[in-house]
Amino acid sequence: MTDSLSARTVHLPGADGDDIEGYLARPGGDDPRGGVVVIHHMPGWDRATKEITRRFAELGYDALCPNLHYREAPGAAPDDAAAVSRARGGVPDDRLVGDVAGAAAYLRALPTSNGRVGSIGYCSGGRQSVLSACHVDLDAAVDCYGAFVTGTPPEGHPLQVPNLVDQLPRLRAPLLGLFGNDDRYPSPAHVDELDRRLTDLGKPHEFHRYDGAGHAFFAVDRPSYVVAAANDGWERVGAFFATHLGA
Amino acid sequence: MCTYATVRIPTDGSAKGPGGAWFHVTDATVYFDHPVHAMAEHTLNIDLSDPSRGPSARVAVELTASAARELMAAVQAALDSAPPELTT
Repeated sequence: MTDSLSARTVHLPGADGDDIEGYLARPGGDDPRGGVVVIHHMPGWDRATKEITRRFAELGYDALCPNLHYREAPGAAPDDAAAVSRARGGVPDDRLVGDVAGAAAYLRALPTSNGRVGSIGYCSGGRQSVLSACHVDLDAAVDCYGAFVTGTPPEGHPLQVPNLVDQLPRLRAPLLGLFGNDDRYPSPAHVDELDRRLTDLGKPHEFHRYDGAGHAFFAVDRPSYVVAAANDGWERVGAFFATHLGA
Repeated sequence: MCTYATVRIPTDGSAKGPGGAWFHVTDATVYFDHPVHAMAEHTLNIDLSDPSRGPSARVAVELTASAARELMAAVQAALDSAPPELTT
């Protein structure tokens, strides 16, 4: 075990073989280890998400965060790229799946890979982590407060993203879910529904729900940050990935 | 939550953007979602941009919901205070 790590921007083939960039963080040493695909939130491939990516390297994983907005705005500042992506309708689900598949393949091709790769996503990325685990060969997936995995949008809501209820039968990896009980999207009822549906489908899952926490409780640079929930959440993520991605 | 809800309209005017330079804006994107910088969980966000000049040709504001409503009222009041023949 080493606390040395390195991080850099790399290029990789995403959906349809498109060239995209990603932020790769790797522990020092040559020991075999699992890989983690970090799916950034809608505000983009930003500093906070790159810090999270480096933390997974510190935890002993090769971690890769693909820039989901790269095509729309190569080289742009993350917030500008996110704005362009949003103005064009956001990241299409099929393209997201292809980009995560590309990132997983990149991680498995690293000489240090033990062959196991998981995903984790925050906010919109939480939904995308579940989506990815329905279509990509992943060994574990983590959903951090992703909205619209279940639930019906409010009437009149100009939603462009469907829920994932019809795709849950295809979930192919154990799922860890971390949710705030003060969140409204996903609300506790949405989480109840997801829990019930996965149980009915016989899909292995583990949910942890935090009182006193709302949406984005992991986000250290936002007022939504909740220390107790985030600290426990990191412990849960660490244990979950150790179980499913460990050497 | 990520609302995903985005309202986009063409617009016409100018904004002062990156590097302190004025530029012509052609698009307005309006959404209520997580801010990049404002200290609130959700804000009403407005991007005034000219996509033909690249992603950085953008002026962004993030306002709390109450501030956004007050701004709407102020815009309406300012328009109403002007002679109608000037604002049609």
